[in-house]
Amino acid sequence: MLAVEFSVCDEVFALFGASGCGKSMTLKCIAGIETPDEGRIVLNGRTLYDSERKINLPPQLRHAGYLFQNYALFPNMTVAENILFAAHGTPDEKLSRLRENLARFNLEGLEKVYPDKLSGGQAQRVAFARILSSHAEFLLLDEPLSALDNFLRRRLEPELAEVFKFYGVEILVSHDGGEVFRLANKVAVMNAGKVEAIGTAQEIFKRPPTLTAARLTGCRNISAARKISDDKFFAEDWGLTLTAQKIPDDLRFAGIREDSLSTDADENIFPFEVVRVVEDITAFDVFVRGEGAPLVWRTEKSQRKPKVGDEIFLRLPSEKIFLLNR
Amino acid sequence: MEINPLLITLKTSAVATVITFFAGIFLAYVVCNMKRGKSPVDAIIMLPLVLPPTVAGFFLLLVFGKRSAFGQFMLQFDITFVFTWKAAVIAAAVVALPLMYRTTRGAFEQLDPNIISAARTLGVSESKIFWRIVLPNERAGILAGTVLAFTRAAGEFGATIIFAGNVPGVTQTMSTAIYAAVQANDYDMAFKWAILWAILLATFSMVFIFAMNAVIKGRH
Repeated sequence: MLAVEFSVCDEVFALFGASGCGKSMTLKCIAGIETPDEGRIVLNGRTLYDSERKINLPPQLRHAGYLFQNYALFPNMTVAENILFAAHGTPDEKLSRLRENLARFNLEGLEKVYPDKLSGGQAQRVAFARILSSHAEFLLLDEPLSALDNFLRRRLEPELAEVFKFYGVEILVSHDGGEVFRLANKVAVMNAGKVEAIGTAQEIFKRPPTLTAARLTGCRNISAARKISDDKFFAEDWGLTLTAQKIPDDLRFAGIREDSLSTDADENIFPFEVVRVVEDITAFDVFVRGEGAPLVWRTEKSQRKPKVGDEIFLRLPSEKIFLLNR
Repeated sequence: MEINPLLITLKTSAVATVITFFAGIFLAYVVCNMKRGKSPVDAIIMLPLVLPPTVAGFFLLLVFGKRSAFGQFMLQFDITFVFTWKAAVIAAAVVALPLMYRTTRGAFEQLDPNIISAARTLGVSESKIFWRIVLPNERAGILAGTVLAFTRAAGEFGATIIFAGNVPGVTQTMSTAIYAAVQANDYDMAFKWAILWAILLATFSMVFIFAMNAVIKGRH
């Protein structure tokens, strides 16, 4: 079951959700690869699909620049043939587009290479060159960077931003918080086939509005919660009574990022016992138990490494607690 | 040694292979792109492989015979099928079709659907997708299907002998000639035919395997 509604306007829009939430299917419906049961898809005043008016443009006429997760290059054609095959315009225009895009994406010298001999980064650049040479009017990106290793990912992100300059509307699908935060202006959080919340990337990541958003943005400490009084609530999993402001009456969950826990002295301070310490590249992930389920506290390595069994006092800063009612 | 059965076999199986080649690819592509009703269509096309060839031949006799509506209709144009060379071709084509169809369909299903979707979003027409992307990428599978269909058509016996008969110089193929020779206790003749046929087909399959590997390797 998939039921989504959103509008995109001159921006990089991210559909952000866990795998299987329907975000890729949404993208395919926009491109015309899949047909929704009912609804409407309009682009810049052009109706691509309208179940009531029985309009369903074939993908060939929708002019979407779709970047597939595996890039979907034509295996029987060389790099140059791949780009030329989908190029738009007269034969002369096609050739000039080919040359222009080979140069833009640093693909000179690879013209005669077949896709199975390309690295992931090269394949992605060919896919972009192919889209830019085509008649595409907007971009649809399915997890554009998730198939690449971290190093390549960082190198290709600026290239992606470069491609974005050519298009007004870009819709990006991803489960990767970092990718979404770095690339998108606007974010729609999707869960179980529905859009739960829409906001700017800053809003969604700073104050996740829903449980799904909190999980997707990497919040590792989440507990069921219920309101006790105007400034107090009980975090059921952690077994802690916490102070906070503006607690909604229908509070259901509370979350706090692992690096928001601190050792300062102020309100919401509790004693915890260290139960596990995981050493990461630049920080320690310290699992601490109070009255209930353990929380994760991320602390820099410049600090002394906590030992299992240590008792420490940690603060849950009330302004950094996410209070979620859904 | 009478050379006719060999020529008739090569001719009927060649024509039957050409028919199954196009029909098989067409049906495979259509069935692959069907949204519903795939299974019943698939089952019907595969029927000649499931049925004993003699049963298939008998059904062909019923459908194309002079007493059927179709047979009556064709009779108006002075066209008959039973015990003619046409019947030998039809029998061979019908029993060979499932092999061509199934192998080609398997090849089509191997193709990453994203590649087809990518071509569609890039504005490539459906016919161009078929001729320039689907066929070239799946030529090894199509070639394998063609060879299976040809060898099946060349070795066809059951449906042929019922539908096309064993008329020397008209519908007598290698298989039916060997059968007739054995029936007539002419073991010398049967042996010569059998050896000749075995050598020819073995050579053919050898050539095919080399060609196949060249196709797979020769892509770059």
